[in-house]
Amino acid sequence: MSRILVGVKRVVDYAVKVRVNPEKTGVVTQGVKHSMNPFDEIAVEEAVKMKEKKLASEVIAVSIGPSQSQEVIRTALAMGADRGIHVEVSGKEYDLLQPIHVSKILAKLALEEKADLVILGKQAIDDDCNQTAQMTAAVLDWPQGTFCNKIEKTDAGLTITREIDGGLETIKTKVPAVLSADLRLNTPRYATLPNIMKAKKKPLKKVGASDLGVDTNPRIDIISVEDPPVRQAGAIVPDVDALVSKLKEGGHC
Amino acid sequence: MSELRSKVIQLYKHLQFLGREYPGVNGPQKFRQQVRDAFLKNKDETDPNKIKALLAQGRYVAKEVEALYSLKKYRSIKQRYSQE
Repeated sequence: MSRILVGVKRVVDYAVKVRVNPEKTGVVTQGVKHSMNPFDEIAVEEAVKMKEKKLASEVIAVSIGPSQSQEVIRTALAMGADRGIHVEVSGKEYDLLQPIHVSKILAKLALEEKADLVILGKQAIDDDCNQTAQMTAAVLDWPQGTFCNKIEKTDAGLTITREIDGGLETIKTKVPAVLSADLRLNTPRYATLPNIMKAKKKPLKKVGASDLGVDTNPRIDIISVEDPPVRQAGAIVPDVDALVSKLKEGGHC
Repeated sequence: MSELRSKVIQLYKHLQFLGREYPGVNGPQKFRQQVRDAFLKNKDETDPNKIKALLAQGRYVAKEVEALYSLKKYRSIKQRYSQE
């Protein structure tokens, strides 16, 4: 019936305390636990659920990055995706890879694989860009359903409940479309050991970004990466008058 | 009998695998040792019905641990990305 493309990114694990490297060019990634971006896990889960409901025929997991990115593709395969595509981008090019490049690669793959639906996580927990889904929809000129809270198949297309500031919004879209998963869309399943073993036998294709005709030359330069400012210590005031004068000093009243 | 035996081994492996990410100081070691002790305690059990009950209990623990992980992840991500 329809084919779903899901994007998965390999990021520093959510439980790891991120540290800036001494050269201030980025964060320490060597010897740090990595895993699949939690929002992408939700996207994979939704695609697999749609397949289980017979709303989709095939789920393809795509990851863009160095060779270690294949780990997260394997995780997606263990969760129930059918096959994987690894787009290899490494070294400096990967460090400076931006959503614009990623969206062009994903758009190209969506057309090449004849996907009817692209599901992505709303953002990655490492760069927090929150741009890839929107840009992919723009490149493909497909409708977009971002921050999905609920996805339902209706006769002609999809009915999507979106998370917006202070509430929910329901929209209808046609397919093909690009969707991005928010935190409350579903609860991702745990990849069990037997499924991880089975995933090793599923097909994984490796392509280069240049094979897809996408230019991944860096568009930005990282000048410096800094730690966020440390919160300043508070002070205890003896009485209300002291509090008021302190506030006046600070220009708060 | 051998069918039950393989199910027990499967469950043991699954619990040991789950234990790799158990939170806390020495969480993985403690959890995996507890699992080992629990299985060793009942190693001489021969009544098939009792073994089935123990298997059900073990599967319940596995479900709880999975729920614990996903809740922990959900909470920390929620905390990080909501303004309230």
